[in-house]
Amino acid sequence: MATRLVEVQQLKKWFPIKGGVFAKTVASVKAVDEVSFFIDQGETLSLVGESGSGKTTAGRTMLKLLQPTGGKIIYKGKDITHLTPNQMRPLRRNMQIMFQDPYGSLNPRMPVGDIIQEPLDVHGIGTRKERKQAVATMMETVGLRPEYEKRYPHEFSGGQRQRIGVARALIINPELLVLDEPISALDVSIQSQIINLLQELQQRLSLTYLFIAHDLAVVRHMSDRVAVMYLGKIVETADNDELFDHPLHPYTQALLSAVPVPDPEVKRERIILQGDVPSPVNPPSGCHFRTRCPYAMPICKEQEPLVIEAAPGHTVACHLLTQK
Amino acid sequence: MDNREILVDIKNLRTFFYTEDGVVPAVDGIDLTIHRGEVVGLVGESGCGKSVTALSIIRLIPNPPGKVIGGEIFFHGEDLLKKNEEAMRMIRGDKISMIFQEPMTSLNPVYTIGNQISEAITLHQKIDDTEAKKRTIEMLHLVGIPEPERRFSQYPHEMSGGMRQRVMIAMALSSNPELLISDEATTALDVTIQAQILDLMRGLQKKLGMAILIITHNLAVVAEMAETISIAYAGKIVESASAREIFKSPRHPYTYGLLQSIPKFTEKKTNEPLPAIEGMVPSPYHMPKGCRFNPRCPFATEKCREEEPEILELTPGHLVRCFHPIES
Repeated sequence: MATRLVEVQQLKKWFPIKGGVFAKTVASVKAVDEVSFFIDQGETLSLVGESGSGKTTAGRTMLKLLQPTGGKIIYKGKDITHLTPNQMRPLRRNMQIMFQDPYGSLNPRMPVGDIIQEPLDVHGIGTRKERKQAVATMMETVGLRPEYEKRYPHEFSGGQRQRIGVARALIINPELLVLDEPISALDVSIQSQIINLLQELQQRLSLTYLFIAHDLAVVRHMSDRVAVMYLGKIVETADNDELFDHPLHPYTQALLSAVPVPDPEVKRERIILQGDVPSPVNPPSGCHFRTRCPYAMPICKEQEPLVIEAAPGHTVACHLLTQK
Repeated sequence: MDNREILVDIKNLRTFFYTEDGVVPAVDGIDLTIHRGEVVGLVGESGCGKSVTALSIIRLIPNPPGKVIGGEIFFHGEDLLKKNEEAMRMIRGDKISMIFQEPMTSLNPVYTIGNQISEAITLHQKIDDTEAKKRTIEMLHLVGIPEPERRFSQYPHEMSGGMRQRVMIAMALSSNPELLISDEATTALDVTIQAQILDLMRGLQKKLGMAILIITHNLAVVAEMAETISIAYAGKIVESASAREIFKSPRHPYTYGLLQSIPKFTEKKTNEPLPAIEGMVPSPYHMPKGCRFNPRCPFATEKCREEEPEILELTPGHLVRCFHPIES
């Protein structure tokens, strides 16, 4: 039996929209709206979805980088939802995040050695000498030459900067790493290098990943389980192969069929969705996907579909599966 | 072999940028042929010169610092590089149109989209405003924008990314061009929207019969769209063949490595590492001697480090720039 590392239940993150003279809250962006998922020790859960689906917000709220509006976050059996920043600090060591933008996420005025060392300083780990040693070892681990520690971020390429990001996240030995689109900004030939690095480190250091991405080919390659988000909701969760081979939610089906395949001889049946993703300020009633769903029924407008377990470990929120 | 008339023939194009830090040979010997009604893919990573090639065709290279220093770009047999600005303006946006990656920055935020498309139409066609409006609404309808009459008087910020890209396509196609250049036009879009736009472009290409030059870094996009594909690396075309050949029997080690390294959406998860290409794209200020791919090439020999390979036709229609091409 795998150990559960982290679990979120009915997690909500709403961002208020202020308006009027007194800056009253006039509406809310329901970025994450009653989302539940769990991640077991040592596995990779991917959160996929298009822009505005709330996948990044879900990842950050899970780490309490954003205070949830509602719901629960349970880390190693302990409810951490209402912990104060001070109470969170010792836990922060165990959970780190790596960002998409290799240019914006590193302080341009700090030498990379200092950037990588900073988490050790913050948490007061080791003596000065030990920290220096740890930085050198970590740089080697991620494929950077330790003698570059005095260089500044601008002297590195995008791929190398992502390696710096990995080094900074891993230097304090976290258990859980949120990877927020870690390879999207990289060139094709560099992407595979970073994917390999992340996978190798996961095995070597038995890390648990929450992988946030929109590139489904990479998700297929990296994940143990996949959760699909649409407009603030998780519509489907399943094991990797199960999700890609037997998608049940119409949105997942359309999303998978929309991915172009690098083989001119493969002719696939494509479901072209009409229209755009509606605004998360004012999502459609009932099922959020119904406005673009090719199978929408009257009930989809009236009731929000419940999450049901269609097969062991395969959960879906769709009326099609409950109405039959 | 292709019997269609040759529309664009680029021969040994060289476009350099003269910056304070040195000379950047952004495009250094690119050859490309586009037949009438053909969909051609130009694929490469950042800095390979694919966008500079496109800007060279429509003569929009910012000068200074950029300059086309050599080669020829024949369009209907006439060298575009010899034309004056006046003549180019008549071709640009009329016979050759281009769409870009950023639909937000390519549209003017202070004019309605109807206004912008009509302007493009009246610039090249002698028609009055009512006629132009009618034609604009037709175009918006053609690219699948719902309620085109209402959309006519909307501003770009009122539309989503996918809608804006449709507007760009409507504008580009309003003059019925013979060549449409699409520079990473679907890169910034979500997958389901990308599928819509590619589907639209494919449909319009069949209907209107224009040639399309698709510039992208995404191999999957060209696999779906293009008949012929050229792969660019560090300012040079390294391989060029039919889409089928490129994907079935790549001969250049770079093409081969690139195809191997991308995760396959259709394959089950393994814990095997991806066969990655080591190293990184060379700095444009310090291009390696000899073959530009040699520092990253697993097959590189002394010869590759010293001499630069010519591009050769290995089998009919399949051109490769390599001393040690992979056996087919």
